[in-house]
Order: sequence, then structure tokens, then C-alpha cells
Amino acid sequence: MGLFLLRRLGLMVLTLWIVTLIVFLAGQILPGDPGRAILGNLASQQSVQVLDHQLGVDRPLVVRYFTWLGGLFHGNMGTSYTYRTAVEPFVRAALINSVKLGLLAFVIVVPLSIFGGVVAALFNGRWPDRVISITGLSLATVPEFVSGSVLVVIFGVELKWLPVSAQAGAGASDLQQFRHLILPAIPLVFVLFGYIARMARAGTIEALNSDYTRTAVLKGLRRSTVIRRHALRNSLLPTITVIATQTGYLIGGLVVVETLFNYQGIGNLIYKAAVGKDFPMLDAGVLIIGVVYVLATLAADLLLMWLNPRLRAEEAS
Amino acid sequence: MSEPSKSPILLSVSHLDVTYQVREQDRLALSDVCFEIARGESYGLVGESGSGKSTVALALMRYLPKNGRVSAGSIAIDGKDPLSLGGHALRELRAKTVSMVYQEPLRALNPSLRIGKQVAEAFAVIGSGKDEARAKAEEMLRKVQISDPGRVMQRYPHELSGGMAQRVVIAMALASSPELLILDEPTTALDATVEAEVLDLISALRSEFDTSVLFISHNLAVIAKMCDRVGVLYAGELVEEGGAQAVFDNPRHPYTVGLLRCIPRRGQRKDHDRLDTIPGFLPTPGHGLNGCVFAPRCALVQDQCRAAEPPLIEIAAADGHSGRTSRCFFNEQAPDLPRSTPADVAASTELTEEPLVVMKSLSKTFKGGVRALADVDLSVRQGETLGLVGESGSGKTTLARVLLGLTSPDPGAVVTLDGASLAPQVQRRQRGVLRKLQIVFQNPDSALNRRHSVRSLIARPLHRLAGLSGADLQQRLTELVASVRLEERHLALRPAQLSGGLKQRVAIARAFGSGPSIVVCDEPTSALDVSVQAAILNLLADLQAAEQTTYVFISHDLGLVRYLSDRIVVLYLGRVMEVGPAEAVFSGPHHPYTEALLSAVPSLDGMHPERIKLTGEIPSAANPPQGCVFHTRCPRRLSTGVCESTEPPLLEGEPGHQIRCHIPLTELRKVPAETSGGSQ
Amino acid sequence: MSQLAAEGAGAQVAVSVPQLKGEPTRWRLLLRRPTYLVGAAIIVFWIVCAVFGRQIAAYNPLAQQLLGVNTAPSGAHWFGTDNLGRDVLARVIVGSREILIVTPLATLLGTVLGTILGLAMGYLGGAFDLLVGRVVEAVLALPSVIVAFLFIVALGPSVPTVILVIGLIFTPLIARTVRSSVLTERHLDYIASARLLGEKPGRIMFVEILPNVLPAILVEFTVRLGYAIFTVATLSFLGFGIQPPTSDWGADIAYANQNNALLSGYWWQVLFPALAIASLVVAINLITDSIEQVLAS
Repeated sequence: MGLFLLRRLGLMVLTLWIVTLIVFLAGQILPGDPGRAILGNLASQQSVQVLDHQLGVDRPLVVRYFTWLGGLFHGNMGTSYTYRTAVEPFVRAALINSVKLGLLAFVIVVPLSIFGGVVAALFNGRWPDRVISITGLSLATVPEFVSGSVLVVIFGVELKWLPVSAQAGAGASDLQQFRHLILPAIPLVFVLFGYIARMARAGTIEALNSDYTRTAVLKGLRRSTVIRRHALRNSLLPTITVIATQTGYLIGGLVVVETLFNYQGIGNLIYKAAVGKDFPMLDAGVLIIGVVYVLATLAADLLLMWLNPRLRAEEAS
Repeated sequence: MSEPSKSPILLSVSHLDVTYQVREQDRLALSDVCFEIARGESYGLVGESGSGKSTVALALMRYLPKNGRVSAGSIAIDGKDPLSLGGHALRELRAKTVSMVYQEPLRALNPSLRIGKQVAEAFAVIGSGKDEARAKAEEMLRKVQISDPGRVMQRYPHELSGGMAQRVVIAMALASSPELLILDEPTTALDATVEAEVLDLISALRSEFDTSVLFISHNLAVIAKMCDRVGVLYAGELVEEGGAQAVFDNPRHPYTVGLLRCIPRRGQRKDHDRLDTIPGFLPTPGHGLNGCVFAPRCALVQDQCRAAEPPLIEIAAADGHSGRTSRCFFNEQAPDLPRSTPADVAASTELTEEPLVVMKSLSKTFKGGVRALADVDLSVRQGETLGLVGESGSGKTTLARVLLGLTSPDPGAVVTLDGASLAPQVQRRQRGVLRKLQIVFQNPDSALNRRHSVRSLIARPLHRLAGLSGADLQQRLTELVASVRLEERHLALRPAQLSGGLKQRVAIARAFGSGPSIVVCDEPTSALDVSVQAAILNLLADLQAAEQTTYVFISHDLGLVRYLSDRIVVLYLGRVMEVGPAEAVFSGPHHPYTEALLSAVPSLDGMHPERIKLTGEIPSAANPPQGCVFHTRCPRRLSTGVCESTEPPLLEGEPGHQIRCHIPLTELRKVPAETSGGSQ
Repeated sequence: MSQLAAEGAGAQVAVSVPQLKGEPTRWRLLLRRPTYLVGAAIIVFWIVCAVFGRQIAAYNPLAQQLLGVNTAPSGAHWFGTDNLGRDVLARVIVGSREILIVTPLATLLGTVLGTILGLAMGYLGGAFDLLVGRVVEAVLALPSVIVAFLFIVALGPSVPTVILVIGLIFTPLIARTVRSSVLTERHLDYIASARLLGEKPGRIMFVEILPNVLPAILVEFTVRLGYAIFTVATLSFLGFGIQPPTSDWGADIAYANQNNALLSGYWWQVLFPALAIASLVVAINLITDSIEQVLAS
């Protein structure tokens, strides 16, 4: 168990290190120089050079990478080109906002999609299954801005049930803020529903076809007991991993949804940083997303191990 | 009004038809199946794959797959028809009256629930309270001879061995003292010694619980041992029925006759008595044949057989009531069915004393410390068949893979071929070496690339290793195809379009393409039906005689090994326990483990020698016992304690016959003589 | 159940031998599925639009009509007009072109590279697998939309860039799928059999293993094609994809949003391009689903 954890953590650190490389390099292949980008075409070459020196972008690539990496260990994520102040408070505030939106989406989607997947499995091959499967698959690949726009037309503009903007005004209560988040959360739910339901369905079908389910049925147990006690227990385990890996897609979706609904989250932060070529901000935002994803998959692995006796035994040996 | 429970007949199946819908077409899987099981009786259903024997069991439990349905006929279990029962009554029937045990015990148990909970559930469903159910579960586990039920109840299925898991499944099945216990291949996935234990357990429990048994198996010897009466299924029809001993001693349907002739008997050997085979193939379900289903494959066939389906004909016995039926117009001639394969054999291989392959100090330790092979020294002589026998974990497959270079041995091992040292890894071996060493794998589905045509599968080694091309390749290909008795028309097909036996012929052609001097046969027939197995064994024997090939023949089936081998090696936990000429190893004196293996195998000859019972599980190869690795299960362990402390050396008692045991040869010789004397 | 399935299969196999009758080909089975036919029809429709868009559309998609801006759907303009008076229907028809060029090429690139990488990871294993596996994991840790626009911002948006970037992002995803299929194949004896013939790793990967994992790759390709549409449309929406004034569904929606079309009640400017994207995605999913069903049967 300890050894497994150690190995798993080692791999995680390695992955995160490669993430920093990707993020850093992506920020560096940009043609042109940051000082010029910030000061604009009218500024003198000298002032651009001074700014570049201040920002440290005139140093060699390797030095900059390790300075940046060293800074990360001290919680210093760099200085924004745009705001000329530390990046970190922006990222922190945006992350909290995104977590609220993301959690809401998860709270809605996890029970809904597992239910949908199980129902599809129980009707395997018949029309409820086909409807759930194809709808799920399609919703999963309809971009959030498409579904978001359609939802805004229907519920925001025509029916006026829900506010169109995600950000409640200053001093709004939590409940009001919650109301504002419902509409932005739905496109995320759409995207996630398909994946999770698909896994839940596949797992449940496998469990229902298994010999141990036959054993349970032939013991004379009720169908509901068989499904609850025997089939679902085994079928939903792999779904946990899928839910964890979906955090990555969720955050990708946040970029769009937060932009569409003008919500001050991490996605919007990354988007604005990209448009403004504010690379320290962009790097910090993307890196945080990588960290969240890696931690989520780690948590899922541990949860899975805790729930699955066989896996527990294999890892221990 | 008589109470249904008074009836002496517990199960009655009459005129049962089961249909599967495959690709929008109905296919008849069972046709007009009728049989009865009396209370307390043990009835065996025997048949090859595709015969529909498992379908019978599933129809009885009303657990046919979605595409299957009972299209005609009726079933009565204790007077109740499962096909017409409502939800509650059906559950009640399953909970109380009928139970079922099937092939793979580990898959029959829920992997994420503790054993205790699963067994207790079977009691809870028939009305026990929670604590009562647990107490009863513990008691039942003790009854299936689990020594420490309290601890086993705390375990998860993956922590159990196959034999232990099957005991647990049997315990669950017996929870309600069912009237009828259906056993569908309950020991097929188990090792021979474990199988013997489980079969003994079933016999003991059957009398204790006074349960009727429907025993389904492909293994005729197991059925002969376990059952009072037997029904032979062929292509969804019951073709013969009667007392088990009578049917196997004196079969009266050509199919049964043929099937029995496919099995190697004691005294039968590759060099003087070939196995007979059944020609042709199983007909399509829903074949639309008018007459007898067996007619296309039957040597006794007459016009009458093709015109009309024979009914189950009562066979008259000398004393009047035989209780036997056969679905054959000519059942009287059936015992004299002409052979489909001549019994005479081509000239046998010349044995030399020259060792072809020598293995010295061969060990293999896998990750996690599993010692699959421990210090094995062996030689294989030119032209001989060396049989490797052992249960799972014995290292027999690892030994073969090391020889082939697919697994590299621990450093220090020496393997030579024709006196030249072999590189440990196959990718380091020269073409000239590769062509000499080939293998026939157990499962042709896995061994043949399913995306390649038969032609390219067979041609590749000819090109690659024999260096042929163009017209030469074509000519050799034609010869090879003919020598494994495939036909030209098969060449364009993919493996999936062939039957199991034909696929294995393709694999054999591939192995022989390069003109190898030694071919490893790793359980080459264990994935095949008995009737197909015989043809493959004959083919292997013919090829050996023609090409003077050396075989390393791996099998868990002692009958096959005896039929084919010149010398035999018995492996246990990666050690050679005994090695010697085939007849010497079988007739003794032998190692106590060999002795136990031999007595564990049920035989069709009707002789069931007093079994040397092994107790306990096969130990893990990662953690083998100290001293002699067999001492934990050995019935003849010495009282001096030497077996526990010191590993015995492999000693040569008689010329060429070595045994790894502390017990002196004279002692070893004694007991087998007594047992065989007692059983005759 | 499994015992039974095995028995059924055994019977079927034995049957096909003497008759040598081919079962209905998978292609036939596919053509029998209504879901496949509907999906294919929609795709063909959009391909026709992409090729002959200018001839089909009643208006020039770029022609501005300052007298008829923001008009609601009518007999003259079935899908209405946008804030420059351009015909929405014409823009929707012509807007299929870029996405139908970019997405298949990007997916193909990713599939080819991913297949090669996945085969190598699965078959060679060892340190190579471990190392590349980490890179794959790292790319997976970042949402593909974000990685895509990170690189497109850096390289500048253009059709080849979008194809290259999306292809490269899909590579690790596809590699992972292929790798896991290869791992199941690797344990089969035909690999050992090939090694015993002295076959080189390249041949084992591409001639022995590849044909067996091809169905999985086909399914993966169609699934990824759906995502590619998703990603390209999203990039356009964010302003990093196909650049205006070229008509593109995602860009048109973004444009309408910038002009507050929805709040002003001009819903047609958003709805019709959105439905166009949705129809394409749904069509591809219908096809994917039917291919999976046929392969599973």
C-alpha cells in the first residue's frame, strides 16, 4: 500500500513536471517580444528593452524556465504583464469561482448520468437505451457555446426563468448567486452526462451478464436486490475513474461557458490572458488546471482502491 | 388428488424445444428432449460443445439468454413448471427447490462481497434472520469441508483458490437443501487432484442431503463415476439414454460408440493402436435435415435414416427391462460400427540415445519471487516424445517457453540444441535455430492471427524460415496442407471460418512448415472436443512417424500423455518429481504425487482404484514449502521429519527412472501393488 | 451465460465450415441500420453544401444589405439576416466548408500519429512506454481546447495551424486507446508465434497487430471526429479558429454574441448556426454508434 502510494506520487510529480514544460514552452514559441506587445508599436526600442529586462524575458530560456519553476515552489507564479502585479491573487479568486460552478455541475450531473446509464443498461438494446445513449453521446459533443446559446434563448430570453449573466451583483446572497450559476452549469452537465452515462451503462451491462449476477438471480433474490447489491456495486467502480478524468474536460468547458456568460473564473482568466498575451497569467492558469486534474485522478485512484478489494490486494502484493 | 411431492419422479422434461434467434433467424438448439430424474437419482447429461447440454440447464432454471426461448414442450420440477410460474413463485422455486453450480467458481462469486455475506444471503432468502443466516452459513461451509469457515467468511473471492471457491458455491447451492442440484461442468476448470476432492465431496453431500442431481459434463469418465443414469446429447437431441455403466460398457448409438472410441484407453499407444475418429462436423442448429441428425457422419447409415427421424427406441434386454433407449434404427449393429480411421499405424519413430536438447540448472523466478522453475535438469532425445505432466503452477508451460526463448531463464541456466548453446532470447537466435524449434499452442484462436488468411499463415514460415519462394513454396505448401489433411479450399479462409479442429491443423502446419527437429505441443487438444482431439492426436503421431520429429508434449490429461509419450516428466511447483519411461512411470513404483495424480483421474474402464487422497491446497509457487515441496499434501510423509526439513534429491532407482523422494524404492513399490490388486 | 455463448459460437463456427457460406458482411449489416443511414444522409447533405454551397445558396453569404439588417426569418430570408444584412441561410450553407476540410484532416493526422505511437508503446513497452506514457498523461491533464488555443495564439490562426495543432493534441489521446488494445493483443500466442519465426518488431506491429486493432481505431476515429468538430467550432467561437469574414458556424455565433443578438431578440443569428453544428455532431455520433453496434454483434 505504502509502496503503491509512493510510486503513484512519483509518477504524478513526473507528469506535473512535463506539464510545466509544455506550458512554459507553449508560452515561449510566440513570435515577437513581450515588452513590445505590452507597450505597443509607438513605444521606443529602449523602453521596450528596459521592460523586457524588468520582466526578465531577455535572459536565456533555460534560466527563465528554472527561475519560473523555482518561483512556483515558493508560491510565486510570476508577475502579470497586463496588471504589473503578482498573478497569484487573480488565479486564486478565479479558481474559487470556477470551483463553485464546477461543483454545481458535478452535483447535478453525477447522479443524473449514473441513473441514465443504469437505466440504459437495464433496457439494453431497446428504445430507452438507444435514446439515452445517442442523446448522451450527442450532447457530449455539442459544444458548450452551442447548447449554452440555445439555453439562453429559451430560458433567459424567451421564458425569462433564469438570469442570463452568471455573476450576481455585488452583495448578492449565496442563493441568488446560485440561481445565476444554474444556466451556465447546464451546458457543462450536457457535456459530462454522455461520458459518465456511457461508462455506467457499459459497466452495468457487464455486471448484469456476469456469472455472479446469475448466481444471485438463481439464489432466488428479487431483481431489485440483485441489481442493487450485486450488479451496481461492481459496475459503478470504473465510473469513478471516468468522473475524475472528466474534470479535465470540465475545465476546458469552463473556458467557453465562462466567456459566454462573462463569469470571472479560471477559464475566463485564461481566455483573457491568451487574448492579451499575458503569458505569466496564462501559464499560471493552465498549470493550475493541470494540478487540479492530476490531483483529481489521484483521488479517484485512491477511492477506487479503497472500494475494490481485489485491487487493494493486487497493489499490496 | 395425489400430492405432487409423492411422485417418485422429481424432474420431468418432455418434448423440450429451445430456439435461439441468431442474426434474425431462429435456430433450434434443443429438439424434442425428453428425460426424467427420479428422487435421489443422479442423472448425467453428456455431450460435446454445441450439443445443447448447458441450454438444458438454463431452460430448467428459466435463465435462457435474451435471444433464447422454449418454443415447445414442458418441464415439471416437483410438479411445478418453471416456464409458467409468476415472479414470486419462480423466485421461490429457485430459492428452495433447484440450485445450480457451474463451471468457473471464481466468476460465480461476487468479487466485491465477502464470502460470509454471499453464503448467508442464500439462507436469508429462505427466511433466516441475519444472525441465524450467518451461523447457518458457517455450519454449511464446514459441511463442504472448509476447515476454517470463520476465516473464509471474512475473505473476498479473489483470495480463494478455485477448489475452495467451488466449495463455497456448492455450499450456497445446498443452503435450502434443494430437491434438485444442477451441476454444469463443476470441476472442468479445476486441477485433477482438486477435481477428485470436489467430486468426492459432491457424492458425500448428495447422500447426506438426499438431493437429486443433474450432472452435465463433456467428460465421459466423470459422468461414469458420478451418475446412475446418463443421457447422451448430440446436436440438441437426446440420442441415447440408459444406466451409466451399461451405456459406457455397451453403447447402442453410433455416436456414443464413436465418442468412446476417440478416448485413449489404458494400454492403447500411438505406435500400435490408433484412436478412431468421428468424421465430418456437427450439423447446423436448425439444419433442416429430415432424418437422423447423426446420419451425415454415420458409417451405418441407410436410406431409411435419411428419410425419417428415428424415435427413441426401447432396447430389449435379456432380462426384459433395460430402461435403455437409443435414437437409432440399427442400434443392434451400433457396437460393430466400422472404424473411420484404420487401426494400423505407420512405421514408428526410431529412438536414439543421442540427446537433442539438454537443459541444465534451469530456474525461472518471476517478479514477486514466484519460482516457476527450480533447478531443472532434463534432456530430450532425438525422435522421442517427452510428456510433461503437472497441475497448474507446476511450471510446465514456463519450461516450454524457456526452451523456445519466449521467456528467459535465470542466469546460470544452460540450454543446448544439438550440442550448441542456445541464446536465452528468441530475438537473439539465428534463423537456423528458429527453424528447428517450433510450437503448437493450446488455443488456436489465440495462436493464429485472425486477420490473416490460412494461406498466408501457413506460407509465412515456409518463406521466413525454410527460405522458400515462388514455385518451390507453392509446392511445399500443397504438400504441407495435404499432410495435415486440410483442403485447398480452406486456404482462402480466415481462421474464424474454420472449426476448432481445422484451426489446430493450420497451427500444426505452421509449426511443421520450417521442418523443425523438435516441436513443443502445449496442451494442443485441451480446447477441443473429444472427437476432434482424437483426429489431432492421430495427426501428431503420423507426422512424427513421417518426419522423425521430437515432441515435448505438455498436458494435464494423463490418458493423453500415456498414449503419446515415450518418456514422462512429472512436475510439481517447478521441480521435477519424477522422470522415466512412460510405462515405468505409470506402472510404478512412483512418486507419491504421481500416484495421487494417477488415482485422481476417473477412468471409463469401470475400475476405480482406491483413491490416494490429497488434502490441502496446492501451495503458492511464490512461497513453496520447506524441505520436500510436496510434503504438505503427501499422504506418505515420513514420520522422521526429514520430508519437512530436507529437499530429497532426484535418485535413479531403475535405469532411466528417477524419483525425488526420501522414501526408499522398495517402500514405494509396495502400496501401488496393493491398491491395484484390491481393485481387480 | 458465457458458457452458453461459447457453445452457441462453437456451433456456428462448425456449421460454416462445410457450407463455406459467408455471413452477411459487416458493411451489409451497417447499411441495414437506420441510425447509420440517417447519420450518413446528414453528412452527405453537408458535404454537398460544402462543395456546391455558392450554387445552392440564394444569396452571396458575404453580401451586406444595409437596408435589411437583423430581419427575422421570412419567405425571402428563411433564416433571417445578421446585423450587416447578410443572409443567415447562405452563411450556414457555405459555413460547412472549412469545418469539413479541417476536422477530417486533423483527425486523420492524429489517428495516424496516435496509431504509430500507440503500437510502439504497447508492443515495445518498457522505458519507452513509461516515458511516452508520462507525456501522454501530461497532455491529458490539460483540456484540449486550452492546449489548442495556447498553441494557436503562439503560432497564429490559419487552417494548416488548426489542423496541425488539433492533430497533435489528438495524438496522445488516440495513442492511449491504441496502446490498450495492443496490450490485450500482446498476450495472444500469435505474437509469440511470430517471434518464433524471427519476425522483426516493425512487422509484428504493423502486419500482425495493426489489422487486429483496426476496428478499435476506426471507432476511435469517428469518436474523435466528433470531438474535432467540437474543438474547431469552439476555437472559432473563441476567435482562434477560422477568421472572419469567411463564413463559419462557430465564428458566426461568436459574432452574433458580440453584438448582443440574443438580448436584442435576434435569436435566429445564433440558433441556425448552432443547429448546423449540432446536426453534424449528432450525425457523426449516429454513425459511430452504428459502427460500434455492428462490430459488437
